Amino acid sequence: MRIDVKKTYKLYIGGAFPRSESGRSYEINDAKGKFLANPALASRKDLRDAVVAARSALTGWTSATAFNRGQILYRVAEVLEGRKAQFIDEIVALEGSTRSAATKQVDEAIDRWVWYSGWCDKIASIYGSTNPVSGPYYNFTTPEPLGVVGVFAPQKQSLLGLVDALGAVLAGGNTAVVVASEKFPLPAISLSEVLATSDLPGGVVNILTGKTVELLPWMASHMDIDGMDISGVSANLEKEVRVAGVENLKRIHAFKDATPQRILSFTENKTVWHPIGI
Amino acid sequence: MLLVDGTESSLRAMLQALPPVDEVGAHARAAMLGTRSIKTTSKSWAIDTAISMIDLTTLEGSDTPGKVRALCNKAVRPDSTDATVPHVGAICVYNDMVAVARKHLDAIGGADIPVAAVSTAFPSGRASREVKIRDTQDALDAGATEIDMVIDRGAFLAGDIMKVFTEIVYIKELCGDRAHLKVIFETGELVTLDNVRKASFLAMAAGADFIKTSTGKISPAATPPVVLVMLEAVRDFYAQTGVKIGVKPAGGIRNTKDAIKQLVLVNETAGAQWLNPQLFRIGASALLNDLLMQRMKLRDGHYAGPNYVTLD
Amino acid sequence: MTFEYAPAPESASVVNIADSYGLFINGKFVPAKGGMTFPTINPANEKVLSKVAYASKDDVDKAVAAARAAYTKVWSKLSPAERGKYLFRIARILQERAREFAVLETLNNGKPIRETRDADIPLAAAHFFYHAGWADKLEHAGVGNNPKSLGVAGQIIPWNFPLLMLSWKIAPALAAGNTVVLKPAETTPLTALFFAEVCQQADLPPGVVNILTGDGATGSHIVNHPGIDKIAFTGSTEVGKLIARSVAGTKKSLTLELGGKGANIVYEDAAIDETIEGIVNGIFFNQGHVCCAGSRLLVQESVHDEVIEKLQRRMSQIRVGDPMDKNTDMGAINSSAQLAKIRELADVGGEEGATRWDNGCELPAKGFWFRPTIFTGVTQAQRIAREEIFGPVLSVLTFRTPQEAIDKANNTPFGLSAGIWSDKGSKVLWTAKNLKAGVIWANTFNKFDPASPFGGYKESGWGREGGRHGLSAYLKGGK
Repeated sequence: MRIDVKKTYKLYIGGAFPRSESGRSYEINDAKGKFLANPALASRKDLRDAVVAARSALTGWTSATAFNRGQILYRVAEVLEGRKAQFIDEIVALEGSTRSAATKQVDEAIDRWVWYSGWCDKIASIYGSTNPVSGPYYNFTTPEPLGVVGVFAPQKQSLLGLVDALGAVLAGGNTAVVVASEKFPLPAISLSEVLATSDLPGGVVNILTGKTVELLPWMASHMDIDGMDISGVSANLEKEVRVAGVENLKRIHAFKDATPQRILSFTENKTVWHPIGI
Repeated sequence: MLLVDGTESSLRAMLQALPPVDEVGAHARAAMLGTRSIKTTSKSWAIDTAISMIDLTTLEGSDTPGKVRALCNKAVRPDSTDATVPHVGAICVYNDMVAVARKHLDAIGGADIPVAAVSTAFPSGRASREVKIRDTQDALDAGATEIDMVIDRGAFLAGDIMKVFTEIVYIKELCGDRAHLKVIFETGELVTLDNVRKASFLAMAAGADFIKTSTGKISPAATPPVVLVMLEAVRDFYAQTGVKIGVKPAGGIRNTKDAIKQLVLVNETAGAQWLNPQLFRIGASALLNDLLMQRMKLRDGHYAGPNYVTLD
Repeated sequence: MTFEYAPAPESASVVNIADSYGLFINGKFVPAKGGMTFPTINPANEKVLSKVAYASKDDVDKAVAAARAAYTKVWSKLSPAERGKYLFRIARILQERAREFAVLETLNNGKPIRETRDADIPLAAAHFFYHAGWADKLEHAGVGNNPKSLGVAGQIIPWNFPLLMLSWKIAPALAAGNTVVLKPAETTPLTALFFAEVCQQADLPPGVVNILTGDGATGSHIVNHPGIDKIAFTGSTEVGKLIARSVAGTKKSLTLELGGKGANIVYEDAAIDETIEGIVNGIFFNQGHVCCAGSRLLVQESVHDEVIEKLQRRMSQIRVGDPMDKNTDMGAINSSAQLAKIRELADVGGEEGATRWDNGCELPAKGFWFRPTIFTGVTQAQRIAREEIFGPVLSVLTFRTPQEAIDKANNTPFGLSAGIWSDKGSKVLWTAKNLKAGVIWANTFNKFDPASPFGGYKESGWGREGGRHGLSAYLKGGK
């Protein structure tokens, strides 16, 4: 009989896989209550480090061409497809869903990446505009990346919910600090391994596992985070997050599905004027 | 010679060092200055100042000695009913009419009114240097004390700036102390404000006493943005050299409002020290009567009509 | 020889200001509960122009109820095209009464008649005209195929462009099918009250527009009113944050147009004369009471001295004085409180070691005035380089390379506007791309248009106003 080689589920920060600086972890059981893993229990300092990584990766990611970003996101989908079985196993074990439901979730998640990858070089042409101002000026508005976006992924649909959120953030040209589903964090960590082996530059996505209530206030009040997707935050915590986010007027949004408006929520419209003359 | 040493390289270096003009910004500035509201005492002052700055002009193929003499009468005594009206800045004619004008002005008490002659194959400037020199010499010989020469726009646009420069230098030399030299750009043919700025500096470096917008034969002519850029040029040239060059808009300035706009442009660009006939002239003909009618309105408190000013 | 411009005052007789004004609720002017009023003055001479009603919580309740009823029973049932026709009517009436509005705005705000005549009022009318055409095209607004109005919008506007800010708020709200309760600024209520008359002349159904005059407490009642679906605020970042905290966790949607500390970047290859005009327009337009003012001048070191020399010469020509004079370039500071704030920050600038220069012009004895002022030798760490002064005070900093210009320009919690002056197209676009600001004026400054979205990054606000993007702030949509 062969003993399985088990994986240590670590954080994903700046392209590396560190343990929590706090040295903490927490126990994850499967749907039947059997021990599954000890993922890292990220601290506020891990969050701080993740924000630094996301901020440093921002210039490179935003200055890549939209076409290039689209290709990289498509590459993520390709690598995801090759590791489908692993994600299905994790979802079945964690969420207690049927294999067919898990397969459907993973299929949708992969297809969602593909869908988002195609948006990268279309969002500006569809939702930007040239504005016919009353005067000799060329005037255009274009959605530009917001910056560093914090993501609290939904608890259930632990892969698809995460992809819905993360894809929008990345397609908009932002970098992300993700706090994975607290109860079902394993697909997020596996996703980080996919991201690390795609062409996504380190730091563009950073994934933390841990306690929502512990990390949420730190993220909401962090002055170097520009926006948050709090789709995974329960209603009773929402007000607290929004109030804390006011400190630097974070753009905070929650969504139920993937739409172009979700991508736009994490963009800033920039309007440029220039005279037309000789 | 100021700012250049006469070589092509120094001329090109000077022109290349000039800042660009943003057309839309220059138009916006000129338009804003056009909103200045000049009323009551300022308006009276502006009208008389404008009259004293007019180069009263006739440049027609049909000009005759009679026509020119009539113009001279008007120049000396613009309003026959009001001796307080100042005389105009100069009479401007083709060079075959210079002698007629000079003689008549002297005869009717207008000895202090200079006669300007358009020159150098005006208006097109398309002739050999010899012809242009001869043209100017004729005018000087006939008694012109102001020469309004045209530049070779073709050469300017073709990049042959040395040709343009050298012609001005030659004509200036010919004028010597006998005549003031006004250099006409025909800005409507140079088209861009960048060209207007370049032409201004080129002409000033070559020795122009005045820079002038237009011949009056091409439209657009003395538009406010063009005059603005020329006024900036004389202002900056003065800052760099200590020499004040005059500006003469000509063409398209037909009414009092337009003329006052020009004075506001001068006041707020080159400054009040340019607000005299030695440094600012307006080339015009119909303008004078409108100024006179506005002057009557201020004086009499009711509007005047065209039959109360003279047709000359 | 000097060319003095004789006084050319616009006549105040085109406007009849009543002794007092009520609140405009449900299509009628009504007194505030308890009859409370407060005076509104002309900041150029401190004379009282009129008394206006002070809206308390009960008045806000009444106005919100009127707006709700109008929304439910009338406005949301009206066909979009008909809704648009009301807006066209309003636009036309504003054009017809433009002179009157310009004079009134100047009297109550202190800004020059040239600006109210040439900018504020025509732009306000244009804003209604633009949005009128949107009313029956909302499915193209970019929020999805089935856009819906939000309901009752509570709108709070500042004193720097009273009627224009009103139009930025009311026009898109109405076009999108909402009804509004609007509070003009405490110091500048009059054009909003005259606008209420315009609504009457346009036969706008009662309750669609309600105007409540009052102060911050009135605004707070609007913000916290449970019957309101949307809050739109233009004003300081400080107050914007208070509002955002109040609205957090409620179902209200919120847009904010807040403060700024706009960088105006001058490269050495700029068209210098137009640049000087742009700098002047960027900071001295509207006495510098402009959230998007180019209040931080970033000049490339190689042209610093030339720019400052030309700028000072140009500043010496700025005509400060009677706002009603058609030749006045800069009018009165809007209030004594604002003047005190400007003075305080300007004094700090001197204490922090920057070099202060003003144009030395004579100032009227009565009223609130401040000379056009620049500080040179300013560094990033000084308060006058970081805080919004909201007055005619320019801080001048230098840079050596384009990247340094970007770094300094973006080194602020604000992100509303920025300017770029260069003759090189690729450098202009590079700079525009790298600036973190919502509105970028390249080789121009302080241009506004209803078709052009306006709004800021970072702490300069949430959302946009104007254009298709601004309209979407008053809509919710499905896929």
